[in-house]
Formats: sequence, C-alpha cells, structure tokens
Amino acid sequence: MANHNIPEVKANWEETSGVWGMSIDMDVCSGCQACVAACAMENNIAFVGEEDSGYGRSLHWLRVEHTFEGEYPEVEATPFQPIGCQQCGHAPCEPVCPVFASVHSKNEDLNLQVYNRCVGTRYCANNCPYVARVFNMRDYERPEPLPNQFNPDVTVRRRGIMEKCTFCIQRIHQGQDKAKADGRELLDGEVVPACAQACPADAIVFGRLDDPESKVSKLSKAGRGVKLIEELGTLPRVTFLEEEKTYGRTG
Amino acid sequence: MAVLADSTKSFAHPIEHDHEAHLREEHLMLDPRPRGEMNAMVMEAMTTTSWKFWAVAAFLAVVVVICLGYYWGYMITSGLGVAGINRPIYWGIFLVNTVFWIGISHAGTFVSALLKVFKAEFRRPFTRAAELMTTFGLVQAGLSIFMHMGRVWLSYWLMPYPNERGLWPNFHSPLAWDFLAINTYLLSSTMYLFMPLIPDLAMARDRSTGWRKSLYRVLALGFRGTEGEWAHLRFAMNLFAFAILPVMFSVHTIVSWDFAAAMRPGWSSTIFGPYFVIGALQSGISAVAMVLIVVRATMKNMKYFIRPEHLDALGKLMLIISMAWAYFFFNDYLVQWYNGDKWTDLLLHFHEEGPVGWMWLAMLFFNIAVPWATLWNKSIRRNPTALFAIGFFVNVAMWFERYIIVPTSLSINRFPFTYQFYKPGVEIPLSFGTLALFILLYMLASRIIPLVPVWEVQEGQMAHSLKKFGNESIITISDLEE
Repeated sequence: MANHNIPEVKANWEETSGVWGMSIDMDVCSGCQACVAACAMENNIAFVGEEDSGYGRSLHWLRVEHTFEGEYPEVEATPFQPIGCQQCGHAPCEPVCPVFASVHSKNEDLNLQVYNRCVGTRYCANNCPYVARVFNMRDYERPEPLPNQFNPDVTVRRRGIMEKCTFCIQRIHQGQDKAKADGRELLDGEVVPACAQACPADAIVFGRLDDPESKVSKLSKAGRGVKLIEELGTLPRVTFLEEEKTYGRTG
Repeated sequence: MAVLADSTKSFAHPIEHDHEAHLREEHLMLDPRPRGEMNAMVMEAMTTTSWKFWAVAAFLAVVVVICLGYYWGYMITSGLGVAGINRPIYWGIFLVNTVFWIGISHAGTFVSALLKVFKAEFRRPFTRAAELMTTFGLVQAGLSIFMHMGRVWLSYWLMPYPNERGLWPNFHSPLAWDFLAINTYLLSSTMYLFMPLIPDLAMARDRSTGWRKSLYRVLALGFRGTEGEWAHLRFAMNLFAFAILPVMFSVHTIVSWDFAAAMRPGWSSTIFGPYFVIGALQSGISAVAMVLIVVRATMKNMKYFIRPEHLDALGKLMLIISMAWAYFFFNDYLVQWYNGDKWTDLLLHFHEEGPVGWMWLAMLFFNIAVPWATLWNKSIRRNPTALFAIGFFVNVAMWFERYIIVPTSLSINRFPFTYQFYKPGVEIPLSFGTLALFILLYMLASRIIPLVPVWEVQEGQMAHSLKKFGNESIITISDLEE
C-alpha cells in the first residue's frame, strides 16, 4: 500500500492490536435487546416506526442476530449475536467516501462518521461487509416522551446522513477528561459504552486492547475468541466469544 | 467553405446503368445534390414543426414538471425514505439510471469519434444526432446521481475547490474519480459536439432571419469559411477525435469501478471494466438506431440523409456488440461461479431464481437471443420498424442488466439476517421524468441546431465517385480529410 501518510484521514494500516476494543460473549447473551435499547437512548437514535422498521430501515446501531441453520427438521438456532460496527483497523468504509465523512481517528483508532460532512452517497454502507451502517431516510418524528431524553453529548442527525456505532466515543472522552482532571491514568472498566452498561448478563466487555492486562484483552486472546469475516483483512476490534453451551441453551 | 468547391455538377451523370442507379440510390455518398439545395433541405428540416411536434413537446414538458420537478422536490424535502432503498439495498434505481444513461451517452462518441478515426464513411450524416445523445444522456446521468444523494444541496462538496474547511475530495474514493470522469466527459463531448457544428451554424446564420439569425451569429463565432479557419477546425477535430476515445473508455470503466472496487460478492469482478464498456455500447448503439429511425420518420427531408444503408450498418454493429456482450457476460459469470465463493454462489442463484429471476432471463433473451436471431438478416436490419423494436428490447434488457447488478446484487451480503427486497418508490416517476427530459431536450435541439452535419456530408460526397471499369461501376474514394 503506497501512501498512507495522511494521518488525519488514514489509519496506519498495519497489523496493530487497536486501542479500544470489545468482546461479546455469545454464551451468555440471552438476546434480550437491552443493548439495542440502551444504544438508541444514549446515541439519540431516531425512532423510525413500525412500517419503516419492517422495511429494513431501522436505525439501530446494534442488531441482535438470530438465525437458523440446517434443513428442516434438523434445524438449529444460531446463538444470539449483537452485531454493530466492528471498528475495523483497516476499514472498507473509509477510502470510498468521496467527501471524507468516514474517517479514521488516530488517537482512538476508531472509524468516525462526520455527520455534517456526509452528503449521503451511501457508498460506505455498501462497502461495509458487516452491514453495520444505517442511513437516515427521513427526518423522523420522536413520539412523546422521547424528545425529553436527548443526550446532549451526541449530535442529533437529520435526513440524508449515514450513521453507525461510535463505541460511545462521548463516554470515552468523558472518562479520559475525568482521569486527566484527577491526574491519573484511565482505569480498566472505567469507560463503559451504553450497550455494555445495559447488558444484564455482562456479555459485553469494553476496554483498551493495547493494555495486555485489561479484561477485554484477556478475553479476546482466550481460546474462544473469533472475529467476524476477518479473512477480508478488515482487522475488526470486536471479538465474539464462541458458544460453549455451558449455560443450558440447547439447539 | 473553401475546400468544398462547387463541383457537384460533375456527379450528375446520366444514369444508364441499373447497377449504377441502384448504387446511387443506396449510398448517400454517391447521391449528391447541389450544395444550396442540401443546405435548404437541412434548414427546412430544422425550421418545420407541426402541431404534433408541439403537442408531444407539451406533453413531455408536463411529464418533466410533474415527474422531475414535483417528485424530486418532494423527495428532497422529505428525505430518501420516499424512494425504495433500505438496508442493505442502499443503491437503487437512481444508480441504475446513472449507469444506463452513461451507457446511452457512449454511443455518440463511439459513432462520431471511433468511426471517424477508422474512416467509416457511413457515419457522416448521423454523427451529430449521436453526439446530441451523448450530451443529453450525460445530463440525465448527472441528474440521477444528484437524485441519489442524501443531501443533494451539499453536492458541491464533491468538487475540488479551495474552501475554509481546508478539505479536498477524497481521491481514494471511486465516487470522486467518477465525478471527475463524468465532468471531463461532459465537457469534452460538448466541445466535440460544438466544433463540427460551427460551419453548419455559419451556414444557418447566412440563411435565417430574426431570433435565429441573432442566435447563430453568436454561436457560429464569426466563422466565415476561410482556409485558415478550416485548417484550425480540422486540426482541432482530429485532435479531439483521438483524445476523446480514451476519455470515453475511461468513463464507463470508472463507473464500473464504483462496483468492482467494493468488497461485495458479485461486484468485485475484474472484468467489470470492459464488460461495462461493451454494455454501454450495446445499449448506446441500439439507442442511436432508435433515435435515427424516429428522426427519419418525423423530420422533413431526413429520408434523403438517413437511408437503409445506415440502419444496415448500425444493425451489423449491434449484432457484433451483442456477441461481444455475450462473451463478457459469460466471462464474468464463469469466473465468479468458478471461484466457488459461498456468497457469490448464493448471489448467482438469487439472480436466476430470486423474485426478479424473470429479469435475468429477459436480459439474456433480449440481449443475446433476439439480436442473434434477427440481425443476421439484411432485410430485418434495413426495416426501420423491426430495427426499432430490436433496439427497444436491447435497451430494456440493458436496463435490466444494471438493475440486476445494483439493487438485486445488494440484496445478498454476508449476513443473511439483514436480507431485504427492494420495492421502488418515487424512483419510478423520476425515471420517467429523466426519459421525458431526454426526449424533450432532443426534440428542442433538433429544431435549434442543424441535425445533419451538412458540410461533412458534402465533403464525403466530394470524395466519393463512381468510376467505370469496363461494364463494372466501382466506388472510389479520395481522401480529403488529411
């Protein structure tokens, strides 16, 4: 790869471990959708209504996948699997945006979507192999009492804009600011994104991947860890812990 | 027109020979008329309008206002939700139309530049009719891209210009290449349309009055027909004919890279560049044939300029390009199928057996079976109605091909949980709006600029002559161009 010396717009596409990462334990995920709801509340995600949602336009940054494998009658359900942006180290969405709305942050090693730069070509969404991106098809109205709970730290998006999981970057920054004000290093587990906070089974663990002692690093490197379609070379930062069926769920 | 000395009288042999009479009737180049008469014929074709013309134009204008004006405004103010896109089918009919119209626009350059470079003499009377399609087709392609954008009011951010944000477009993005390529093509094809138009505009200026005279006086740029002006014009046209060809190939190749550069099953195909170029010619040449048939039937004096020989030549081109398209389609399919990737395999099955599988079959039938079964036959190629029908079906099939590549392929990705179908919404009126705008612009332009490049026809007729060797009449050509 030739010239990636533009730090503002390109990740250094080397095999680094990444900065922030997440591990999701599919063994304990019960598919309760609390993460999806918490994510929508935290990130001011618009409420699209039944009709648009049924047509595949729901704006959830996370979706809990649950499908079935095999031919009838030997059908086996796959485990619940919350899938959002994998925060690729080598993200396919970034180079295809003609206006630099989809960019890589060097400090956090995250894929950022600059809402007010987006012109809505939707190329990033087509090129995302995880189908993680969602598009604001309309200016959706928020029914009462949803307008009363906007998160002031997150931009409210208008129509024509692509959005996706940010790893709750506003919480990362709050945690970092607090640690800096206290004159200390950020503690492991101090920054918790909304989905991890809401998970009743603690299936979602978030933390720094560049700290080998963090919980998420250890979990990611444990034997059960898999990454989604990593054969595409996207360097995803989310690790799924494969199911061992130790918690009673049978096929 | 210094080069074209008035020597057409020398062609007026008394016709003694059946074969010779037949040759003259068949070939425009061997059937010269006096220059003044021919100029008058073109002027008459341009200035004659019947009530039918205005009725059709008014109808199209209404369609444009409703379908383009109203529905586009509605979509801009309420968001792309009124179109049919969803997750994961983020690109729909707007991009289908973009690729389709760029394909249509290819034929103009192909006919005028490539056939000029290869000195195919049959091109002369209809190069301008084809180039007009290029320009107006590109207008529709550009409009379709703007319709496709989520925030079209910010589309100028795709342009590289110095701004207070200190940002340039992302030149890593195929869409940025696309933007530049289409703009380059629009500019160069408009210039290439305009240059051979100058002598004809000067001709029209000298033969018209009123607003037309004022218009042509400005547009003709003071062309008087001096030796120096002709030399400059010829030099520029030759230069452009060669220079515009790589631009033409690059445009559709770059459009194909929008798809081929993406990491999607069915899209990341290395053959997409030439496959798209051939597909563009497939629909474009058919569209040229259709337009010529309509022009010939509806405009005055056009039966003299556009003859069965031209339809015959276009029909042959259509047949050859249909064969090339079939080869590239097979190549694309074979390599993807042979690859054995699970998702590509699923996608290929979805193309054939999915809810729009009929489209896939219709594409193969109209793109391959129909041209191959008919166009080998000279009498079918020379029959305007038949050729129009074949061209229509080929264009429908090529639109289907782009539909299969864009929304149908987007239905399938690596996460079966997200699969969706695509139901078009305001895309349908907007598509008809672009079609109506194309026809309307073409109709109006056909009455404002001379649709036949008279000086090119006269030049060709000067160069051609029938010579008798014994009892045999032989067509001879002297090269006037260099």
